[in-house]
Amino acid sequence: MPKTMFEKIWNLHLVHEQDGNSIIYIDRHLVHEVTSPQAFEGLRLAGRRVLHPEATFAVPDHNIPTVNQDQPISDPISALQVETLRQNCKEFGITLFDLGDERSGIVHVMGPEQGLTLPGSTIVCGDSHTATHGAFGSLAFGIGTSEVEHVLATQTLQQKKPKTMLVQVEGVLSETVTPKDIILAIIGKIGIAGGSGCVIEYAGETIRSMTMEGRMTLCNMTIEAGARAGMVAPDEKTFEHLKNRPFAPQGDAFDLAVSSWKKLPSDPDAEFDITVKLNANDVLPQVTWGTNPGMVTDINSKIPDPENIQNPMERKSVEQALKYMDLKANLPIKDIIIDRVFIGSCTNSRIEDLRSVAEFVKGRQVNEHVSAMIVPGSGIIKRQAEEEGLDRIFTDAGFDWRQPGCSMCLAMNDDVLKPGERCASTSNRNFEGRQGKGGRTHLVSPLMAAAAAIAGHFTDPRTL
Amino acid sequence: MEAFNTLSGITVPFDKINVDTDQIIPKQFLKKIERTGFGIHLFHDWRYIDDEGTKSNSEFILNYPRYQGSQILLTGDNFGCGSSREHAPWALQDYGFKCIISSRFADIFFNNCRKNGILAVVLQAEEVQALFKEVEANEGCLLTVDLPQQTVCSPGGNKFSFEIDSFAKDCLLEGLDDIGWTLQFEDKIQDYERQARSQKPWLFFDL
Repeated sequence: MPKTMFEKIWNLHLVHEQDGNSIIYIDRHLVHEVTSPQAFEGLRLAGRRVLHPEATFAVPDHNIPTVNQDQPISDPISALQVETLRQNCKEFGITLFDLGDERSGIVHVMGPEQGLTLPGSTIVCGDSHTATHGAFGSLAFGIGTSEVEHVLATQTLQQKKPKTMLVQVEGVLSETVTPKDIILAIIGKIGIAGGSGCVIEYAGETIRSMTMEGRMTLCNMTIEAGARAGMVAPDEKTFEHLKNRPFAPQGDAFDLAVSSWKKLPSDPDAEFDITVKLNANDVLPQVTWGTNPGMVTDINSKIPDPENIQNPMERKSVEQALKYMDLKANLPIKDIIIDRVFIGSCTNSRIEDLRSVAEFVKGRQVNEHVSAMIVPGSGIIKRQAEEEGLDRIFTDAGFDWRQPGCSMCLAMNDDVLKPGERCASTSNRNFEGRQGKGGRTHLVSPLMAAAAAIAGHFTDPRTL
Repeated sequence: MEAFNTLSGITVPFDKINVDTDQIIPKQFLKKIERTGFGIHLFHDWRYIDDEGTKSNSEFILNYPRYQGSQILLTGDNFGCGSSREHAPWALQDYGFKCIISSRFADIFFNNCRKNGILAVVLQAEEVQALFKEVEANEGCLLTVDLPQQTVCSPGGNKFSFEIDSFAKDCLLEGLDDIGWTLQFEDKIQDYERQARSQKPWLFFDL
């Protein structure tokens, strides 16, 4: 019987099945400081060990400063959390990419960069954006802390088998329509619960034409559509991207792996539970206007009018969102004036993102009313950007160039919006207070964020 | 983990859709390394009018006198979306909630509830609406959630059944330790590893 890529990977990792509950084997476990301390404590209390410390990799990223990383963390509670990660890694024999190590950075940037993310593997992390790794044709999803403890102790996870959804995207990406715009358009189309209970496979001409970075951006925000995992079939681009990465197989082992990875793509006649189609030619640069990622429209549109919404719960939700965002119905998106720009996060902090921003802002100046920062995804990306001279372009244009971390995507560190500040952000969530209590977030692509930084309001990058 | 059987409790009709885990427990409270003490921070930004959490927002439903001591949260579609933070169910539980009723839960949140012994009940949207109406109209209305029978009953005569897979049901009824359950199959895990090592050697690092 023809199988989807998800089914193939699922079947290859199934250890046991009973009453609809499956035990699946986990190949790679990524750990960060915020969702792991209680899991390690649970192991200690139960006298359990980490079954496979060599398959477990840790990095501090959520709760670290993006300046002066060579100095002790000034907030004592954050410092304790990061120190606890260090102690746990030492006690249980887990590899840690600590602050100051060039390989450190956002966990979902570090994993692929180090070659820990491989096609056909299962990857988990106590973070919902683990979906990112599916760009390589792996089955990757976010888990809670109890599940982190379960994986540490057993190298497996209990799961109910999800349904499958195919998102087929045809058409060509234009210069200003990026993978971020495609995923925002998909979320806008299917809704933030549209993928509930599903694993999404992205396929079609548009996806095939995307770079690995673009596919990571796409898979990253799958969770914002309610699906836990997104995947893209591995191809030559994937294999080329993986070659010679430190933890990827090398030499003959790599060739052997590739021959196996080539069998992963969904069979031509494989059936999906749900199929959704999108034409990339119809997609314009996207901007969110509300307090969840499904509240999104394009740059040429206006803020929706709640009066036109029939469903009372939805109308109320839009009214509340507009109140929080301090936006009026029918306001053109281009008239939204911004105070801050954040370019970074596991969605958009990779070298390709930074290059696209640099190309656009070269020789231009950040608007005098805007404060803009760029946070690279890892130490390696930071070095690479600096070797290419991108940092100079950014600082010359008036951007603040920081050290790697999650930063203002969730604002656990000092990178926070003040109440009432409005931000064009390349991150993944525009929930109330996400970037700081009372802060107002508009999700956009790196190119749109760059254009907004220069113009001081949202604008089509082509018109600047 | 505490077992769940039958519960009759005060119910808060929290009439909001798409409540994300950032609202349930904002990020400034995720710095702790303990599993306990999150209840006072539950819905912090909505529940308090000051950053320190000392002044209650009297307009927020959890602060209404009639809903003090509530154990059941009745809420809108897609509850618990967004971040995987298990601090969200920890906060709900520490506050006193043992059961949450909605027409849909986000997947990770749903699993996290189960792992902590919180029963997340999925009902049809119309059934949730009927309960909203009754609970809002009747102060002191106690809903009864019966896990063995898989029903939610109200004093006004509403009686709705819900689905739950048999494994999750057993876990909740017995307060079962998940890791202990999986470790019964240690031999199968080892067999799997032996086989996978020979078929996919590149996935295994030498010790």
